[in-house]
Amino acid sequence: MRFYEFETKQLLKKHRIPLVQSELAKTADEAEKLASHIGGPVILKAQAIAPGLAAASMREVSDSAGAKAAATELLGLDDGGRKPNGILVEARPTGETVYSLSFTYDGTTKRPVVAAADMAGKIDDLGDTHPERIVRRHFSALYPFSDYIAKELAKSLALEGNDLKRMTRIVSGLARLFLEYDLADLDVRSLVKLGDGNFVVLDVEADLEIEARHRQRPMLDELGFAKEDLRQVREPTEFELEGARIDDEDPRGIISPIAEFDGNIGLVIGAGGGSLTLTDAVRKHGGRPANYAAIGGNPSVDKARRLTKLVLTKPGVDKIAVMSNVVSNTRADLVARGVIKGITELGFEPADKILIFRVPGAWEADAAKILKKYGVEYCDRTVSISEAARRAVEKVG
Amino acid sequence: MAMFIRVDVDNSIIEKAPGLADKLVEVCPVKIFKPAPQANAVEVVEENVDECTLCDLCMQASPQGVHVIKLYE
Repeated sequence: MRFYEFETKQLLKKHRIPLVQSELAKTADEAEKLASHIGGPVILKAQAIAPGLAAASMREVSDSAGAKAAATELLGLDDGGRKPNGILVEARPTGETVYSLSFTYDGTTKRPVVAAADMAGKIDDLGDTHPERIVRRHFSALYPFSDYIAKELAKSLALEGNDLKRMTRIVSGLARLFLEYDLADLDVRSLVKLGDGNFVVLDVEADLEIEARHRQRPMLDELGFAKEDLRQVREPTEFELEGARIDDEDPRGIISPIAEFDGNIGLVIGAGGGSLTLTDAVRKHGGRPANYAAIGGNPSVDKARRLTKLVLTKPGVDKIAVMSNVVSNTRADLVARGVIKGITELGFEPADKILIFRVPGAWEADAAKILKKYGVEYCDRTVSISEAARRAVEKVG
Repeated sequence: MAMFIRVDVDNSIIEKAPGLADKLVEVCPVKIFKPAPQANAVEVVEENVDECTLCDLCMQASPQGVHVIKLYE
């Protein structure tokens, strides 16, 4: 879940990370006032979520009159069907030396990693263009972050003396914030060293690990996140909002954020972390998923029932595939009950509407009995995810 | 109407054990039992029956008074 930059900066400020002078304006008049208050050239950033707006959402202007004109223009941007959530008006720092930092998870080592470069930019992009200028250090997600890791990283950037101490403090602070708030990514694209020797964060983006949104509720409340705000890159559809409501109204189990696609195969998938693989497997075999909806964590029968009805009543969907991962602790029998109940409540025969039911999970023997009783084709973990997806795609035609 | 599970309660047995009705209401994780109008008895909440997790806590509390039947066997 992407934060607006002003929200990320609120978090950084709370953790005493030095920031460039920065205020949020909701209107062009406010932007003009703030620019006048800051004085001199200012940077205006439209607060937007949709990707690809980085260049279009930023303006540098020399005075407050310019700020008003630029803010008027920026507030009219299309942010995936929304308007920008205000304009960040920031002082333009005069320092010449610029660094970048990035915190994320390394999928290979399965540990958090911090990367830094002695130039501005997104580390992902710099990795392509200037790989020799990037330094990295892994750290633990379990043990408290140690300053020596930050110091090693700063030293690798050839920093000495006070620069080394200041950078160490900033890297340590950001690493602790990254862990404390369950961030998936924290990118400081521009960390400027000012003329007085201090560093300030100029450009920063952060993403919250979406599964952490429940336990991070206090922080999200503090930032003013509405509960239904999932920060999708576009406005959620009614289908997606209903999925979120189903999840929210019943605390048992989880339906991960549901996404609507334009395909014809309804997916009720997941449990055991296989939902993305399962979606990809359907696509690999030429299928067109109508949705992404991972259900797991032992949902209630009612939750599975409501999700099934939602997916099956989506325009263009005639059949659903119900599949879970190789290893899953989710009760397969409860999911089976919910899916069958949902289908029968819609007036259909389960066997006519379920393309395939791949049952791995707890109580799968009971799930198999339920499915057998209703004549539904099912398979266990001896049938691979890929093969199950292939069968589903083949059946839908 | 439940499709997968049936819960049979014999209140003539439940009534004989003081506190058993309250215990049944308390132990069920999916609220299948609720107090009946008459004392020391329970009613089955039909809309919750299919949520039964087959935990057996009700049958352990009253092996003679409660029976959970899987309708798919």
